[in-house]
Amino acid sequence: MLKPIRPQNSPETLISQAFFPLPFAPSLEFNSPAHGTWNIVHTGMQIPEAHQIYVCAANCMRGVVLTAAEMNASERFSMVILEEGDLLEGTVEDITIEGTADAIRKLPKRPPAVLLFTVCLHHFLGCDLDRIYRELREQFPNIVFFRCYMDPIMQKHGLTPDQKLRKAMLDAFPPCEASVRSISILGSDFALSERCELRSVLQENGYHAREIQDCSTFSDYFNLATSELFLSLYPAGKYGVEQGAKRLGRRFLYLPMCFGYEEIRQNWDKVSEELGICPLDHTSFQKKCDQALQTARDIIGTTPIAIDGTFHPRPLGLARLLMEHSFVVKTVYLDGISSEEERDFRWLQANAPTLTLKATIRPEMRRMPREQEEKVLALGQKAAWFENTPYFVNLVQGGGLWGYGGILELADWMKDAFFTEKDTRDIIPRKGLGCESCV
Amino acid sequence: MNRSYRILPIYTADVSGVCSALFELGGMVVMHDPSGCNSTYNTHDELRWYDQDSLIFISGLFELDAIMGNDQKFIHDIVSTAEALKPRFIALASAPIPYLNGTDFDGISLEIQNLTQIPTFFVPTNGMHDYTIGAGNALAEIVKRFVHQSVQKRSHSVNLLGVTPLDFGRQEMVEALKTTLTGAGWKVLSCWAMGDDLDTIRRSGEASVNLVVSAVGLRAAKLLQQKFGTPYVIGAPIGLLTKDVFQALERAEKTGVSQSAFDVPFDQEKASLTLIGEPVLMKSLMAHIYKKHHMIARYICPLEGCEEVLEQGDLLARGEEELEAALKDAELVIADPLYRPICPKNAAFFELPHVAFSGRCFQKGFINLFEPNSLIERCFL
Repeated sequence: MLKPIRPQNSPETLISQAFFPLPFAPSLEFNSPAHGTWNIVHTGMQIPEAHQIYVCAANCMRGVVLTAAEMNASERFSMVILEEGDLLEGTVEDITIEGTADAIRKLPKRPPAVLLFTVCLHHFLGCDLDRIYRELREQFPNIVFFRCYMDPIMQKHGLTPDQKLRKAMLDAFPPCEASVRSISILGSDFALSERCELRSVLQENGYHAREIQDCSTFSDYFNLATSELFLSLYPAGKYGVEQGAKRLGRRFLYLPMCFGYEEIRQNWDKVSEELGICPLDHTSFQKKCDQALQTARDIIGTTPIAIDGTFHPRPLGLARLLMEHSFVVKTVYLDGISSEEERDFRWLQANAPTLTLKATIRPEMRRMPREQEEKVLALGQKAAWFENTPYFVNLVQGGGLWGYGGILELADWMKDAFFTEKDTRDIIPRKGLGCESCV
Repeated sequence: MNRSYRILPIYTADVSGVCSALFELGGMVVMHDPSGCNSTYNTHDELRWYDQDSLIFISGLFELDAIMGNDQKFIHDIVSTAEALKPRFIALASAPIPYLNGTDFDGISLEIQNLTQIPTFFVPTNGMHDYTIGAGNALAEIVKRFVHQSVQKRSHSVNLLGVTPLDFGRQEMVEALKTTLTGAGWKVLSCWAMGDDLDTIRRSGEASVNLVVSAVGLRAAKLLQQKFGTPYVIGAPIGLLTKDVFQALERAEKTGVSQSAFDVPFDQEKASLTLIGEPVLMKSLMAHIYKKHHMIARYICPLEGCEEVLEQGDLLARGEEELEAALKDAELVIADPLYRPICPKNAAFFELPHVAFSGRCFQKGFINLFEPNSLIERCFL
């Protein structure tokens, strides 16, 4: 078979004919009505007591300010509007400093921390961000300023605003002594699932694991810096957590969320080596996972399954796991393939060549027929929308699934989703799954 | 400092306004923007996105193309998408970075039009103005390019100008508005632009009068007047103002003179009620309340491009500080619920959700101003 040499100028392809890592050529972009993934506002709101301030033009501001409003967090959000005159007269730096200071002074209570977001315009105008932060720190010496960005114009060839935020969230940690037998799990929007074996094993071995979701004060948040080991499980958080660990002299482990037994074993080997704890009984865990998946398979049968890339950072790894356990996966919706998934991609090309990949942002997807003649089980909100199905697992960004526990939990959710219709129209347009929503 | 906002959101901006105005007309709208504009628009500013098909996309502009002034990818992507999806027209809108770069949108439009043979135009935008400007300019472009030249006037017929979900919420409110007009013997030829397609709108020159029901419709009204001599009336038939609107329509049809349907007395000292929001709808509501209760009110306009609708006593307030100052003595306020935090604590507040301000936050509580038994009528009867 001839191998593709470039991304395809169409919205779908068989995986056997797909180009890695971009199956679909960039074009105009469509945005589906599924909005459950978190954005930088949701992520930033996880820092307790912190206040967010954005400095940008009206059109860019609208999305973030209403994100805060929809999650009933308007009181933790302020903004400074840039206008044409600022661009033409070179006053963006001054407006940023004065506007931010003014917004802080207007707050009923001075926050311990401010996440200040500058934007593409600051970058293109060559604004002196050092000056901006220096002057603000001089004016407000008791406030910790987080240097954050909303500059998506750079995201195709560099870090995304999301990755930069996760780094900024650690940049603010002050140098401090490390506490023994303490671990901070950082860089993810979702707490590690209670069913995940990582939690129990760390606890059984006398380690105290903490996450941002455990913090209720800003002081609690800063205490995450005192752990001797920083763990990152979520790909978008890896860069920031690793940089933070390096700067503070902490040990660091990246244990990516995944579905392959071999990779889970490798993750556990890293944990065992780093912490000197006994290896896990992988055979037993894998047997439990096989049983759980078999039970789910017996229920779901040959019902076609569609997965999307917002469901989990490893949609192809998940497709592979399910196909290895005899599920019928017909479509994976994604726009690019992570380098972490190359092995799974190659495996699927060889072993499931008729699996269809479909883009989510290609413009043709606006008019892709959504009516289904048969029942489809969707894993993810975008898959649920494109497949027009009420049977879906409502999860984004992998939730807190990790390791064997994650697979066991997923199998349960799939069974539940197969039987229980959800109100797709009501659920998936809501922003930031798991956050408050007034919609 | 008027640019900083502690608690208020900002109104829908011009780029989303373009998309909203053109959503149902069968064209393709492309926002030249890296990422956020599309999500902002379809999440917060477009209630039709889930259920109705419309070709609205972003270009996905990235750093290198912006710096190097490479427009070819933008042009290529639009041409190839248009060839696949066959839109009736192509409209371009600009986010801040292409504006900063001085992108030649008129030249690009011409090139795309030559390549596709599809009418292509730029709606002047830069992501820094209110939706009233963007949506108003978009409808004006439709007048310039699509409304048929040779027409015969039809008596007692009207076009509704400035109807988008940003001000009108759901289609039910538009249908109630139409019912009000048809009940009084007026034929509604077209609605700009909810519920009617481009072919219907192209026949707008046949109307004897245009009814501007939001500030978004003003520019189109002026152009239709220039092009066909059609007079326009500014006002929305809400409650007891309905009769005045019909009389104004009759007068305009007879005399050919454009006019405003509301004439509300103003007395700053006696104003116990304050309204904030879109000017035509709010001033129409204000007139209804005056007629019913003799309650004198004042109107605060927070939007650009509405000067023609404003009268003596109306206050133009931009930014949170000015708005908060204007509201400091308010006793009773009718406004979007997100205004409540800047109103005096002891002021009574009547919530009137406005999509262009709070997006979908209060979509379950939209009030149909043209429904005879609407909540607003019940409260102010």
